[in-house]
Amino acid sequence: MTCDLSVTYFNRVTDDDDRVFKALADPTRRFLLDRLFARDGRTLTELESELEMTRFGVMKHLRVLEEAGLVVARRSGREKLHFLNPVPIRLIHDRWIDKYTERRVSALADLKSELEGTA
Amino acid sequence: MTTMPDTAVTTQVYRVYIRATPEAIWDAITKPEWSRKYGYGGDVEYDDLRPGGAYHAYTSPEMRAHGAPDLAIDGEVIESDPPRKLVQTWRMLMDEQLASEGFTRLTYEIAEGEGGVTKLTLTHELEGAPQLAHLLSGGLEDVGAGGGWSFVLSSLKSLLETGESMLH
Repeated sequence: MTCDLSVTYFNRVTDDDDRVFKALADPTRRFLLDRLFARDGRTLTELESELEMTRFGVMKHLRVLEEAGLVVARRSGREKLHFLNPVPIRLIHDRWIDKYTERRVSALADLKSELEGTA
Repeated sequence: MTTMPDTAVTTQVYRVYIRATPEAIWDAITKPEWSRKYGYGGDVEYDDLRPGGAYHAYTSPEMRAHGAPDLAIDGEVIESDPPRKLVQTWRMLMDEQLASEGFTRLTYEIAEGEGGVTKLTLTHELEGAPQLAHLLSGGLEDVGAGGGWSFVLSSLKSLLETGESMLH
């Protein structure tokens, strides 16, 4: 299927989640995200030096991460720097994980405020 | 357990796609009636949305009930192109150490896309502010300091798309 730029919002959302999960379902791409988490704003050359993979292979993985919104590339002078964008992961967290942990967390929050209230 | 980055990271970039007009996103960033409904929930105040205009962000009533000072953040508008771009200085005042890291530079870029979806990119240049960088990346969420910009943008998206605030 080719990429249709005029997707509707619902497609966009579904596609976004799909893209994030697919992007995360690969150890090389998770490794790249971990490297950016440790130090953000890296060039392709820097990222490539930490992987036993061709430059083209790393570029391909970075493109998947960019399409999923997990990496944002910005120009800085002559360099293209790659930044980890944690927002898509946060959105999945807020949408899916919160739903299942809300009760437990709110119980902890109640406990916290109770303890702090008597401190 | 939180991890500090292994070297001084000086710029953070956050991007989110929101089904809203650029104007609605601009208002949500610059007007207190919106700012109090998402993120940390305090009022923002731009004296003038032109270069040199003062910026203040206040704590929420809930934060003040826990002993927080009234003023959370201060800064000044550097560049403004409503509803596409806002560049400003930004200094966190809620903690002495954070305040001592001084002013940082924050840029909002708002780009209208297709199908009513707008791309919001936030770039925070945090040179010389490693503790603030840690806070804003959500590194202190476990100790109750909130999830930083990811959390703020996620709740902004949620508010604009559903009309419902994630705050109680």
